[in-house]
Amino acid sequence: MNELDQLYQQVILDHSKRRFGSPLVETTEGLLHGESHQHNPICGDQIRVRVELNDEDHFEAMSWEGDGCSISMASASVLSEMLPEMTKEEFLDKLEIFREMMRSKGTFEPDEEVLEDAAAFVGVSKFPARVKCAMLAWVAAEAAMFGANK
Amino acid sequence: MYTLPNPSTVSDNRRNMASHDNYSEDHVQTMTGQPEANVSLSAVEVQRIKADFEILEHQVNSTDVVYLDSGATSQKPRCVYEAEQHYYENANAAVHRGAHTLAVEATEIYEEARETVAKFIGARTNELVWTSNATEALNLISYSISNASLGRGGEAAARFRIGPGDEILTTEIEHHANLIPWQELAFRTGATLRYVPVSEDGSLRYDLIDELVTEKTKLVAFTHVSNVLGTITDTQRFVDAARKVGALTVLDGCQSVPHLPVDVKALDVDFMAFSGHKMLGPTGIGALYGREELLNAMPPFLTGGSMITVVDMEHAEFLPAPQRFEAGTQRIAQTHGLATAVSYLQEIGMDRIAQWEEHLGTLLFEGLSKIEGVRVFGPSDVRRIGTVPFEVVGVHPHDVGQYLDSRGIAVRVGHHCAQPLHRALGVTATTRASTYLYNTEDDIKALLVALSSVREYFGV
Repeated sequence: MNELDQLYQQVILDHSKRRFGSPLVETTEGLLHGESHQHNPICGDQIRVRVELNDEDHFEAMSWEGDGCSISMASASVLSEMLPEMTKEEFLDKLEIFREMMRSKGTFEPDEEVLEDAAAFVGVSKFPARVKCAMLAWVAAEAAMFGANK
Repeated sequence: MYTLPNPSTVSDNRRNMASHDNYSEDHVQTMTGQPEANVSLSAVEVQRIKADFEILEHQVNSTDVVYLDSGATSQKPRCVYEAEQHYYENANAAVHRGAHTLAVEATEIYEEARETVAKFIGARTNELVWTSNATEALNLISYSISNASLGRGGEAAARFRIGPGDEILTTEIEHHANLIPWQELAFRTGATLRYVPVSEDGSLRYDLIDELVTEKTKLVAFTHVSNVLGTITDTQRFVDAARKVGALTVLDGCQSVPHLPVDVKALDVDFMAFSGHKMLGPTGIGALYGREELLNAMPPFLTGGSMITVVDMEHAEFLPAPQRFEAGTQRIAQTHGLATAVSYLQEIGMDRIAQWEEHLGTLLFEGLSKIEGVRVFGPSDVRRIGTVPFEVVGVHPHDVGQYLDSRGIAVRVGHHCAQPLHRALGVTATTRASTYLYNTEDDIKALLVALSSVREYFGV
């Protein structure tokens, strides 16, 4: 597989079109909810992420809407699929692993058991200019989580 | 085509320039009409020019690099960085101070560079102020006007004062560098910023200029060539309107000076900013042209060493222009590099470069328009340089840029520092191909061929 095909793995191209979790959905009463808008001033990519958590710190849902490249949109789609049922801590652990992978310049060997479809983004780490695209939804979800309230 | 510059060949370069003595007259023709027929570069000449650019012989992603991002920054011929190296090896010293031989030589090189670049744009030598880049040049005007508005410069600077009730006019196609300094000037002085909008296709609404330029208008800032659309502005429309009401005119020459014959006297503007790195020169050097009487009446922007006559503990007297705007140790090697770039361009001839690039621009515009799923932005009935923005429908510009990069093709993606124009065009980002004198027809073909398979790759 050449570097371009590693970057644009089929799972990424599929998610960029499917956009799981988009558009935004109304919040459910009784749950904690938080929202974050992130913007990449270099390319103009932007995303608004809404998360919902229950009283036991479990994610119930993530929805989003955004405008951006296939990497940023696919990343949001993948995260929306992964997030429900995760605890806050599990999310922060995976965020750390994902971030480490993104900084690895292609050397990271992702565990698909842990990162699921997000493992497909390992190819992005070879393209430093695109790392921010892959991180955008994760950073938004993190900010939304920390700001969540009833 | 080029000989290594040293203090003796610098004057050779100047002799070469003597053959351009009727340059201004030629230029007036070129500015007002179509370029002369049959003066364009030939394909063989372009190949020879290309060979002067080491970086264009490199491979990117295992393929020959196709550089179509000169609108962002141009590549540099060997002679430019060799000139800088030559300066550091033979003449490095601080200018306008010190009595030793090296200081004298450095000062000569620095001032000869000013003369070369000033002549290149049809200006007098003391009408060219060195700056770090065009952004600094535009900020220089903005801050000088603020300072005048605070009373600095006394009565001589009274004509630069602006305040509440006054207006600054710019346009919707501007690069952020020719917008934000005016927004900030308006905030600092209480003046109002207005702008000439664009039509849906990105053409300037010239029909609104007479309405927008009124007795309240004190300054009109506009670009010569759009950095996004590549379209050439009808500058006369702005200059005529501004003259009628006595407003100052500021031209952004960043995308015109590298690509077209430009003569500030023929254009009849008060100020023009341009940057060296877009015209084969080094980074870190740009220039501001200003009419002599205006520059000498304006209060300084940056203050400090090298720009004063007498200093006591309470106040200082300033040198006339250009020194009054060149505080601190200057970018000497860079000015020499830029002057070398200018001599290189002059040897080839700006009219011929302009003609070649107009040809490449037409190939780009027409070629892109024919590809299914590619939408080209900008009006088709306006003269342009070799800069064309487009989108591949259904594929984000960043993905287009990445795909092209995998084939060694370098283009710019994003908003190109012109968010308001993109908003007016109804998009957040575009892909932009931009040429220079070293681009061949094959470069354009490579782009067109690659673009015809982008949508298939992304499954659109």
